[in-house]
Amino acid sequence: MLKDITLGQYFPGKTVVHRLDPRTKLVLMIAYITALFIAKGLFAYLFMFAVLLTCLTISKIKPKAILRGLRPVFIIIIFTVVLNIFFIRGETILFKYGIIEITAEGVITAVFMASRLMMLIVSTFLLTYTTSPIALTNGLEKMLNPLKKIKLPVHEFAMMMSIALRFIPTLIEETDKIISAQKSRGADFETGGLIKRAKSVLPIIVPLFISAFRRADELATAMESRCYHGGEGRTSMKVLRLSPIDYIALLFGAAIVASVILLGIYTN
Amino acid sequence: MPIIKTEKLTHTYSSGTPFERVAIRDIDFEAERGEYIGIIGATGSGKSTFIQHLNGLLKPTSGNVYFDGVDIHESKHHTKEIRTKVGLVFQYPEYQLFEATVFEDIAFGPKNMGISETDLKERVYEAAGFVGLSEDFMEKSPFELSGGEKRRAAIAGVIAMHPEVLILDEPTAGLDPRGQAEIIHNIMNYKNSRDATIILVTHNMEEIARNVDKIFLLRNSYLIDKGTPAEIFSDAEKLSSMGLKAPTAAIIATRLRALGLPVKEGIYTQNQLREELNAIKTKGGANA
Repeated sequence: MLKDITLGQYFPGKTVVHRLDPRTKLVLMIAYITALFIAKGLFAYLFMFAVLLTCLTISKIKPKAILRGLRPVFIIIIFTVVLNIFFIRGETILFKYGIIEITAEGVITAVFMASRLMMLIVSTFLLTYTTSPIALTNGLEKMLNPLKKIKLPVHEFAMMMSIALRFIPTLIEETDKIISAQKSRGADFETGGLIKRAKSVLPIIVPLFISAFRRADELATAMESRCYHGGEGRTSMKVLRLSPIDYIALLFGAAIVASVILLGIYTN
Repeated sequence: MPIIKTEKLTHTYSSGTPFERVAIRDIDFEAERGEYIGIIGATGSGKSTFIQHLNGLLKPTSGNVYFDGVDIHESKHHTKEIRTKVGLVFQYPEYQLFEATVFEDIAFGPKNMGISETDLKERVYEAAGFVGLSEDFMEKSPFELSGGEKRRAAIAGVIAMHPEVLILDEPTAGLDPRGQAEIIHNIMNYKNSRDATIILVTHNMEEIARNVDKIFLLRNSYLIDKGTPAEIFSDAEKLSSMGLKAPTAAIIATRLRALGLPVKEGIYTQNQLREELNAIKTKGGANA
């Protein structure tokens, strides 16, 4: 069923990671990803992996949830591995057949690339699994606040994002319902050629669009009747404030980035 | 032989995950050809899940569904055929309209069945007739119609498949009293002219009281009671304890009985109540 898709799903919890300010988590995630790209050599990678593993353990995210989240990007990872194995030329040839040539350098690069990609994706899970969408957009809005000076509608962007996130499950449910209804009228989505299949989505897409527009219209009316007029002079119920643990976490983050840079210098 | 029958039907959503939830449990259901059946139950009692099994949209976690004595999941092809024999009208069916004209939309089901062009026209017009949409509507866009007209067009889309069993999930929800009466009348029309079995899912007890032969009562995923309207509505208290309300006439009859008036049992429509009260009045007058 469509419902089983996880899309940046939030798992409520009370761990330290959950309690961190969303801004802290955003900054730490960016720092971690930067560090991943700086990291060179086996030790640096092992270190980055250890950091990630520790954070995952603290946040009590179930390994099953991570594996499920990784499933859709598996193809990309496999693709990267294959490309690297076959196209990176090196000195030590492991296998040769016609023009196909696999070298030790290629295999090593492939393994590094795949693990970097995987760690990168899992680090984003760490953010989305432990932060509710509302907190996340709230944090994003706060962080982008300086951009208001150059007349960027930051609040409106954040509002659009939270509305979009809010309606994903609703629209998925709606799609499920429309599919069932059209199936009841004998619609066939499983057989036939490409053109027939493309045509068969029409009975789903049209009602879905109409209902999305209807919902948008209703929501706009509801917001206006509650006097919504954008971000100017708007206060929020939950004021984001950095707490001591945020500063400690940021300090840790800085230390990690520094160690990766140092590791790079010393191992070369 | 019952036209549709379920045996120990059970369905579990998201089985094997933390979100696991049993929607219906061990439901034994039977409907004869030409019967008019009402399914009642509070929100979340499993009604919608149950009816989606009757045309094979959902596959039972355990238990079986039989149409004319044959398991509907016997083969994939058979399941598809069943979908045209057991017509299912979802809640708010007007949200599924998608074609450019009302005609095309009603024709969608029969076209999927492979009905020939000449028969198609006949079927569409006939179905539109059942729901009281005149020929002027046929070339209009479904989105130009009023709420009630849209709903009727959507129901015609299912009727055009000539289902032997027609299931409707809250067909009158959100309509004004006149729109409601029209739809109930349309359904009756279809039933009488084709000897079709009707299964009506509703919260509206007055609606059910007037029309159906048999009522099935669902509560928290269990089928807890079945019987004629007279049997089901005789216990107004029990119904209200389950978050449902007996028809007003049944409640008044129960209250009058409690006040000591000799109102007989099994009254649940306005007409029955009026007759009974008149009878008591003339009897009372004769005694005095």
